[in-house]
This record gives sequence, C-alpha cells and structure tokens, in this order.
Amino acid sequence: MKKIFTSVLLFNILWALPPATFSQDILSGGKVTGNVHVDAQVYSADSILGISDSSLNFKKFGMNGFANVLYSNGDFNAGLRFEGYLNPMVGFDPRYEDVGIPYWFVNYKLGKLEMTAGHFYDQFGSGLVLRSWEEWTLGYDNNIYGFNAKFSPVKGIMIKGLAGVQRYFWEPYQTNNRGIVKGFDGDFFINDIFKGLSEAKTKIILGGSFVSRYEQPSVKIFTRDSAYITVDHGDTINWIKKTTYQYDLPYNVGCWAARMNLASGGFNFYAEYAEKGNDPNATNNWIYKNGQALYSTLSYSAKGLGVFLSTKWIDNMSFKSKMNESGNPAMLDINYLPAISKEHGYSLATMYPYGTKPNGEAGFKGEVVYTIPKKTKIGGEYGTTLSLNYSFANSIKKEQTLPGIPIDSTGTNGYRSNFLSIGDLPYYRDLNFLIERKFSSKVKTKLAYFNQTYNLHVIEENIFNDAVIVYTHIAVLDLTYKFTAKHSLKLEAQGLWTKEDDGDWTAVSLEYNVSPAWYLSFMDEWNYGNPDNDKQIHYYNISFGYTQKSNRIALRYGRQREGLLCVGGVCRYVPASTGLTITLTSTF
Amino acid sequence: MKYLIFSLLSLCILIQIHAQEGNKNYGKIPAVDIRTMDGKTFNTADISNEGKPVIITFWATWCKPCLKEHEAINEVYEEWVDETGLKLYAVSIDNARSSKSVMPLVNGKGWTFDVLLDENGDLKRALNVNIPPHTFIADGKGNILWQHVGYLEGDEHEYVEIVKKIIKGEKID
Repeated sequence: MKKIFTSVLLFNILWALPPATFSQDILSGGKVTGNVHVDAQVYSADSILGISDSSLNFKKFGMNGFANVLYSNGDFNAGLRFEGYLNPMVGFDPRYEDVGIPYWFVNYKLGKLEMTAGHFYDQFGSGLVLRSWEEWTLGYDNNIYGFNAKFSPVKGIMIKGLAGVQRYFWEPYQTNNRGIVKGFDGDFFINDIFKGLSEAKTKIILGGSFVSRYEQPSVKIFTRDSAYITVDHGDTINWIKKTTYQYDLPYNVGCWAARMNLASGGFNFYAEYAEKGNDPNATNNWIYKNGQALYSTLSYSAKGLGVFLSTKWIDNMSFKSKMNESGNPAMLDINYLPAISKEHGYSLATMYPYGTKPNGEAGFKGEVVYTIPKKTKIGGEYGTTLSLNYSFANSIKKEQTLPGIPIDSTGTNGYRSNFLSIGDLPYYRDLNFLIERKFSSKVKTKLAYFNQTYNLHVIEENIFNDAVIVYTHIAVLDLTYKFTAKHSLKLEAQGLWTKEDDGDWTAVSLEYNVSPAWYLSFMDEWNYGNPDNDKQIHYYNISFGYTQKSNRIALRYGRQREGLLCVGGVCRYVPASTGLTITLTSTF
Repeated sequence: MKYLIFSLLSLCILIQIHAQEGNKNYGKIPAVDIRTMDGKTFNTADISNEGKPVIITFWATWCKPCLKEHEAINEVYEEWVDETGLKLYAVSIDNARSSKSVMPLVNGKGWTFDVLLDENGDLKRALNVNIPPHTFIADGKGNILWQHVGYLEGDEHEYVEIVKKIIKGEKID
C-alpha cells in the first residue's frame, strides 16, 4: 500500500506541475515530453455472460495505466515508463499486477556511434530472428534490458550489436531464470556504399544478422516405453520396457538470417531467409531439428494501382529466451513471426483471426488495390477504389525421420521436411473484396465481402491431426453522411453467416461525430444464429468521447465481446467484459 | 484505495486538458532512423520543407479511422500545397506483418503525399504517440507546435487552418 502511495505521489508530482514547466527548457536546451494513458473498467455482474462477483475473483475494478517521460537534449535522450496494473483488466495476465518502472533508458549519439543502456526495443530485418516490441492493447512487452550500440562507419552501412535479458512480467533477472540474448546485425545500402551506383535506377539493400541465446539447461528426463513379448513354458508374457533418457540440451542456441531488398521503378522485391540451430523447447516438444524460415514479398505500384504478393514458410522457428516457456500470453519471444493474413478493421471480420503456428506453416498472401480514376463514367465524380485480398496458411509436409519413430517424438530429431513444401492440412483462408466510393460531398460508402475458412482445432486448440473447420461469409456496409463540414453520422451494418461454431451474427453501429471535439456512438452485436437459444446474446454498448488536441477521454458502457473495437477515431484490441470502461489519454 | 488513485490520475489529466496554452512548443522533431517505402533508411532529422510547415501523421493499414483521415486529406492535399506550401509525411506504424503492403496500398489509393515506415515503433515512442491516429504540425524550423489525437470526419479542415496561422505567425487557438 505504501509502495503504491509513493508511486502515485511521484506520478502526480510529475503530472501536476504547471504545464509551463514542460514547455520551458530545462538544463539549458533540454526538453521534457511524455504521455499518460489510463484504461479503467468497473465490472458488473452479468448472468447472461456468466460473469458474477466470484467469477471475477471479486476484482470489480480493473485499471491498466502507464506514463512515459522523455528527456531530450541535443544528442542525449533519457526516458522512463511508469506502469501500473491495479488490478489488471479482464483479459490481461494476473502476473502483471504491480506498479513500478519496467522500462527506462539512456541514449547518447556520438558522431557515427549511438549507444543505449537500459531497456530498449529493436528489430533485425523483418524480425525473423530478433524483434523486441511492445503493444499496450495486447499486453505484450518483450523489451531487452542491457546494452545496444549502433555504428555507421560510412554512409550506407549500419552495424548494430546488442546484449541483454528480456522482460518477464515484473520478475527481475536472476541467474538462470531466463536466458541471455546477444545479437548483431549489418544493413548495407549498396547504392550509397558504391558511389558509382548512387544514381542507378535499381536500389539494392543487403543485410545479415546473427542472434544467440545462452541458457544453462536444467536436468530434464523422459522415458520411452517399448513393448515386447516372451514365451515361457507356453505362456505368453507381455512386457513393457521403460528406458529413461536425459535430454542433452544446448547451452547456446544460435540463429542467423540474410536478407535483400531490390527496388526498381514500380517494383519492389524483398526476401529474408533464417535458420535456427538445435533448440529443443516446450513449443516444439523438445525435438532437436533445426529451424528454417523464408519470408518474401514482391510488389508493383503505379499511380492508382498496387499489386502485392507475399509468401511465408516457417519450420520450427519458435525462439524464446527460456526453453521451458510456452502458452499464453506469449512471453520471452526473441523473434517475431507475423501472421500471413490481413488485419481487418470491421469487428465481425475479426471474429475468427489467424495467429502464426511457429512449429510449421506455409502461407501466401496476394492483394490488388485499384482506383478507377475520378471524373470517369465508371469511377464517378470522385473515383472508386477496388481492393481484392486473398491469403491462405497450410501445414508443411513432415515425414518420419526413421520408421517406427512417430513425427514430433520428443528427444528425437522430430521429423524431416522439405524446404517450401506445402502440407495437406488447411489452417486458414481469407478472401475479401472491398469497394469504396464517394457519391457526393455528403455521402461516402464502403462495401465489403469476406469469405473465411478457419481451422478451429489447429488455431484454438493446437490439435493437428484432424480438421474442425468454420466457414464464414461476412458482409459489411459502411456509410458516412456529412450534415455539415463538422457534423457527420456514420452507419455500419455487418452480417456474419456460418453453419458452424456459434452460428450467425449481425452487428450495427451508429456514430455521430462533431469535429474536432466529440463523438457519441451506439453499437450492438447480436449472435442471433446461435444454436443454443440461451446464447443468442446482444453485445450492446454506448460510448461517448471528448477530444481536446492531444487529450482524450472516452467512456463506454455495456457489453463488450472480445475482439477489435474501432469507435470515435481510435482502434484498439479489447477483451470481453460487461460494465463501464473509461479511457484517458494525453500526450504532453 | 484504487478508486482514490484512479480519481487522482483523472484529476491530473483533466488539469492538463484545461491548462493547455496556445503556441506550446513540444520540442523539435526527434532524430530517429526509420525507412522510406523502398526500404532505405531515413533519419527524421532530415524532414524539412524549405522553411515551410510540416504535418506528420501516424497511421496503419489496419486502422480504419487513419485510412479515413488520409483519404480525406488526399482529396484536398493538392489544394493545401498550392495555398500554403505545406508538406505531409504519413508515418505508417505497420510492423513486418503488413509493412511491405503499405506501398501498393498507398499507390493503389492514389495518395500523393510522402509515406514513411516506422516498423518497430521507434518514432512513435520518441513522439509519445499512444494509439493512431495521431497528427503533429511543426513549423518551418522543425518545432512541433500542435498535436491531435483521433480522427473525426472533418478534422482535416483544422490542420490547414493551423498551418495558415503558423505561416502568419499568429497564436494557435
């Protein structure tokens, strides 16, 4: 309690100082800026959703908040983030319950060298071997606590080196409670390095990285049963032989990656290939197989047309700071394996979202965006934009290493796979089409259709030996009507139709905007098609928000389905709850 | 106790909202390495517009209000440039999942302003951005004089008014 009180006091001192202080120079030339964000919820019991005081563990009030303070003075920067989860809101891991400073840093630039000490975020290439990042709305933070150096010896070359330990909730690092991460990365912009190529039409960027994790393994054993039969005086005896093995676990696990980017005219080609050494861990069932990944994209752009193709192939690429770590929420990931599917903005289209399967997946995504020019017969007065997107993810082909050893057997090499093979089990498919058209200065519409295939067993339960698939059709109408330059009304009507899982849904939202100050909205999502009559629930809510420059307060009351929420100018991921939600955000 | 902490925090934020002064200087645009759409490193210290104001917006391909904001800005951008000479940098915070599809989307929609990629959120953190949309307006010397969170239909009209006030040397609201 005392700890909380002193933290709040400190916090308020930082906050309640007259704003003039923050806009004045401090320590000759320095500047202080920052932000504060608080999400708070007051939960109500809701018998329809099965929420009661005891199911909430009597935690009727949840609050997640943070404040960043940044000090900059020329080449010197320092900052910290104060966070408090009192109690963590529903949907956030209870291990976050605490208050304190989980992130601080000092950073200095000295000519071509930049050094950071403390907590930092960084990414090598597209993140296949290293990415430390944070996303507040997801409760994700794998920042690295240690040292980071960036050096640019000549124009066009950037070398990075880092070493540290990753964040695990509020747990300070102690020897062997997690691994130590080290890495270095080189990025080479060829056209700047070789002066003769600086005016060339084709731009080439090459890069490479190496990352290593050191962790002292604990003693880990497993037993394997084998059955055999003996015959004794005509009697058949069934025996089971139990053999105990100890895993020979590596102290050091390394990953390397190489990448290239070619840009020429309207074309852009990117490819990154990564490999991981022996890394038996809790995610891959402790097998010794190497990991491999390829991420590649090709795009073509011209004014009014964009074409995009990408492919992602992953085999055993879960790479964490701790061998034993697994489950939800994902913690201590050293690398980042993004989902191949497109992130949608409409709530029903995000009902069945896809997340990468790090043990193996083959995916593809294609997208075309075309704008029919304005002032043409088909395009209309303002032009019409058409977008088409298709993505899929499948398993990869896995074969037994030796006859008699099943695929993924613990303590073995696991399986054999061919690079870029596509397996037979579908994980996810998503086809969507969007038309956007402005009809007049008052009316704008968007019409969208989605066709999704979602392998529920694989995605939600990690069951890979059969397919329980949900097929959905989704349609959205998004209409904005402007009464005046500052007053507008937005209507969104959505429908989701499926014969599986929870059945059909419909969603309607109405939002009234008064630019730039406030909005009022009403929304309802209704699971009218649920096969269980008692579960045909209305997820209704009403929201109000007031914005003044970079400060905003928003209130929402009602029932919130878990998913993505976009209202009154801001989009966030939100967990399920019933009650009042208050959001305060301010940047100073 | 928790209610007390929460009320104290809200009180502080409300004080902050009501104590805003005009022509507050939020500091210079920080020097952070991000990338252009073709993958080349771009340091934000190189953002300049020959002494004329600059607008910096944060957006993402998955952020619906951000897309609406930029579609609305695109309709009037040429007019804005003619009237004031301003320059817009739209910084996408799409991470590796969608960053490579930013260029075809921007070109497919026919957006005519500069787009930069802040894949790992480095500029977002340096400017204390919480959630997109978030828009900053800086004067010709790189000093950020105004910022705004969220997007409601019609907000873009305010941006050009602020730019005009900066050019005339007037006090902003």
